[in-house]
Amino acid sequence: MTDPVAASHNRHGKWPRIWRAFRKHKGAMIGGGILMFIILGVLLGDLLWATDPQALDIRNKNMRPLYTLLWDTDAKVGWAHPLGTDSLGRDALANLIVGGRTSLAVGAVAMCIALLVGTTVGILAGLFRWLDGPLMRLTDLVLALPILPLLLLVATLFRAPLRAQFGPEAGMFVLIVTVIGLTSWMQTARIVRSEILHLKEQDFILAARSIGTRPFALIWRHLLPNTLSPILVSATLGLATAIITESALSFLGFGFPPDFPTWGKMLADSVQRMDQYPERVILPGAAISLTVLSVNYLGDGLRDAFDPRSHRRSRN
Amino acid sequence: MFTFTLRRLGMAIPALVFISAVIFMLLELAPGDPLAQVPLSVPPEVRANMREALGLGESAHVRYWKWLVQMFWVEPQVLCDHIFGSTFAEGKQRVISWQTRSPVMDTVAQRLPQTLWVVGMAYVIGVLVAVPIGIYSAYRQYSLFDQAGTFVSMLGFSIPPFFVGPLLIMVFAVQLGWVPSVYDTTHTVHDWQSFLVQLRQMILPVLVLSLQAMAQISRYMRASMLSVLHQDFIRTARAKGLPERKVVYVHALRNSLIPVVTAIALGLPSIFGGAIITEVVFKVNGIGDQLLNALLANDLPSVQTLTFLIAVLIVMFNLIADLLYGVLDPRIRYD
Repeated sequence: MTDPVAASHNRHGKWPRIWRAFRKHKGAMIGGGILMFIILGVLLGDLLWATDPQALDIRNKNMRPLYTLLWDTDAKVGWAHPLGTDSLGRDALANLIVGGRTSLAVGAVAMCIALLVGTTVGILAGLFRWLDGPLMRLTDLVLALPILPLLLLVATLFRAPLRAQFGPEAGMFVLIVTVIGLTSWMQTARIVRSEILHLKEQDFILAARSIGTRPFALIWRHLLPNTLSPILVSATLGLATAIITESALSFLGFGFPPDFPTWGKMLADSVQRMDQYPERVILPGAAISLTVLSVNYLGDGLRDAFDPRSHRRSRN
Repeated sequence: MFTFTLRRLGMAIPALVFISAVIFMLLELAPGDPLAQVPLSVPPEVRANMREALGLGESAHVRYWKWLVQMFWVEPQVLCDHIFGSTFAEGKQRVISWQTRSPVMDTVAQRLPQTLWVVGMAYVIGVLVAVPIGIYSAYRQYSLFDQAGTFVSMLGFSIPPFFVGPLLIMVFAVQLGWVPSVYDTTHTVHDWQSFLVQLRQMILPVLVLSLQAMAQISRYMRASMLSVLHQDFIRTARAKGLPERKVVYVHALRNSLIPVVTAIALGLPSIFGGAIITEVVFKVNGIGDQLLNALLANDLPSVQTLTFLIAVLIVMFNLIADLLYGVLDPRIRYD
């Protein structure tokens, strides 16, 4: 049991099994592939497509995407702007790339904050009996807060001071990320707590306690690795919610400053002229939806792969 | 059951006080000045009187207490007066909007019906569609229907309402012209023809919201039905030769509905969140729209009251969910 070789052997047995189960989930594989493509495209896209997203090309304003040629041969298109331009002649493809970077960054950082808070609260509540009552009561209270109205409220109230502190873009980023993170940790906390309560009664924890492992080492070495799977699953859910919430804020006009594109803002700005230029709504909207859809499928696949009961079910 | 109800009620009231305190403290930090629009030629003593009239003269805890009194004591009296024609609230101070200089609750009373109609209708339709889908998907797990149902509910989760809304407007209102793109809130129903008009303008917003509700509840229903279908008493029911209909609809469905009922009650508040966006997209002047306007106009009493009303809705439905759980599952009452 104390043999390190046996321990590493055990780990080698667990992850390939999960990977095999995950690979069987077709939706999760496709979702993972698409998500990978979107992340790579957003991160490295501007190396391939070097047009400046803010450059005004007034002569080529209001261009349509190339595919409009399929049904309308007179459409104003050009290879210089494959997805068209907006009413100031800014390139749509370059904006999609840069906007996606913001959207994904907000989602990822907000998710990390939510996971950190949620896992901490969950572990503390599960491990220490005297903290369990107050912390879970707090979780219930935060769950009862009206999230979207509060988000809007906080975004209006703290916009000016944070902008003064960090500059217009970074201030808004800090605000949105913190607020989304601090209002979406509750599910993670609940799941982690119930997992910890279950683990706490098991023999290996008793054994670790009996040889005098300190609480911190107990958490770090024994409890956290075993709660990794529910944390990962709630991470995917958190990422999806955070991306949608950021876009919703931008859509309602409470998000980033005007010259700072995100998918939600691009969509919101184009709704007015949707009947003339439908692609300006569809492209960012499809980007958000596709990202969230693939993240959700990924989470679904992870949950199935981590859940030993679902293997048994699919095998027979 | 009575003590269970009392205990749950006892937990709901501190929750409401906590939420109202959070909202109030947030608003305390608001940088905006409600008198910023008043011309500089107004003399300072008049300005001070105006501040007094807006209730800004006192310190924060006094104002919080006054707001609590106005919200929980005066407004119910106004409601009582309105219904029974009594005069309890005569001459008492109500929560006044800085934007319209009239009581906030009057505007809410004008706008709430629109929100409730659209949200309520959407939720009922969403639930009615979701439950059968969930049952059948669980019963035929991994079938084509199950896969399709999973895909549709994933779409419902993933496509945000502010994208579905414009998309539907583009297809059904602009291209096909079947329905109006903007919700006409001045429209009144008085005969069959105007009822049809009302129905047509409600289709799109209701569709957007019910898609969201359906996605969530059908997943819950499926998961809960699946876990019940794998239990021993279902095997027993089959083994003793009960017809399959009876096994599914009586033994499995009744037990699997317990968590779904609470999920339905708990999901309603998130639909109100979605309703804010849907109201913006379809230009419905409900309370979501009122909240947005109040935020943009720095109208703090309205913001406070509306946010709190939404919180009351959430706490109320949490309470209903808890109580329903207690009614449906006797084990819960004795924890």
